[in-house]
Amino acid sequence: MRITGIILILLMGGLLFYGALDFPVWGDPQSPASSHLSPYYIEHTMSDTSVPNIVTSVLADYRGYDTMFETVVIFTAGIISFFLLRTFKKTAPDSRLYRHIPTGITLRIEKGGKVPDESDQFERIDSVWVPYDLIVRTTCRMVIPFIQIFALYVIAHGHHSPGGGFQGGVILGASFVLFAIGFNLRLAIKQMGEKFVTFMCALGVSIYAGTGFLCVLFKSKYLDYSGLAALLGTDPVTARSHGILIVEIGVGIAVMAVMIMLYYNLASAGKHDEGL
Amino acid sequence: MIWQIELIILVLVVLFGMGALAVKDLLSAAILFGAYSFMLCLLWAIMGAVDVAFTEASVGAGISTVLFVAAVFRTTRKTDN
Repeated sequence: MRITGIILILLMGGLLFYGALDFPVWGDPQSPASSHLSPYYIEHTMSDTSVPNIVTSVLADYRGYDTMFETVVIFTAGIISFFLLRTFKKTAPDSRLYRHIPTGITLRIEKGGKVPDESDQFERIDSVWVPYDLIVRTTCRMVIPFIQIFALYVIAHGHHSPGGGFQGGVILGASFVLFAIGFNLRLAIKQMGEKFVTFMCALGVSIYAGTGFLCVLFKSKYLDYSGLAALLGTDPVTARSHGILIVEIGVGIAVMAVMIMLYYNLASAGKHDEGL
Repeated sequence: MIWQIELIILVLVVLFGMGALAVKDLLSAAILFGAYSFMLCLLWAIMGAVDVAFTEASVGAGISTVLFVAAVFRTTRKTDN
């Protein structure tokens, strides 16, 4: 069985390499990809959309449909993680650990014992015992704001430099994941609840699709942002640039929310109680 | 572009990819996969696809490694095959 597998893999790999021999040489100016469509984008992007980064304008303007459904794919991934992993059955753990904050003493409370109320005296900690991690928490507290500002910069500056909604959204989501790792999952869920995160997922996709419908309302085609010129009070070229920004913000919100949702469901095995 | 650097990165991509498949410990496999993604990111940057390199760095090397580690945390660390 193992040998048949290796033979099959070698066969398929050989076929792939044989097929790859027919590809045009890397950077070949005569290849179909760079002789039909690419020159149009390179010559017309600046006059069509006034966006210096051609990749961004192709991604969010010329190929707006593709990007919209990519966002829907990411949204679906978040929803699927919810449906596959989330469990609502409340099973009380065998024992819970609490830390008495003023003294630093750790208490283990067995099943049926009296659980202290949520207060600033007692803090619940994960049953895989973690020592008081002052350095990790302080570092997270100092680093997270900078990560978030960088993420917003990546989203907003996608017109001029590499970046955009997807990358910025992932970085923004990663900052919340870092918060959940550095502090703990319960605190993160308390700060940014599941309902809020799910709402943000849907909101991001709705901003994208809604921008398209807004264009239809202003008598242009779906996702043709030049129709927004009357609404934004600018000329059609600048309107396309602004339309890209609105859409990128939608993508960023959706991607951020889905990353947080995936982490919540994976790290706690769907219980949203104790996690990494 | 300096071809020696390209060659080193290409060899490292293959090595990390095979290492991620071969290693028994799932946590090591996740970390090796992150390293593989990062080398691929450098390769994209060398070929001038900066946007793709950025996506690979943030999604491939960043958040997916975290998600893998979170998933490994919820299962056993050892694998049979």
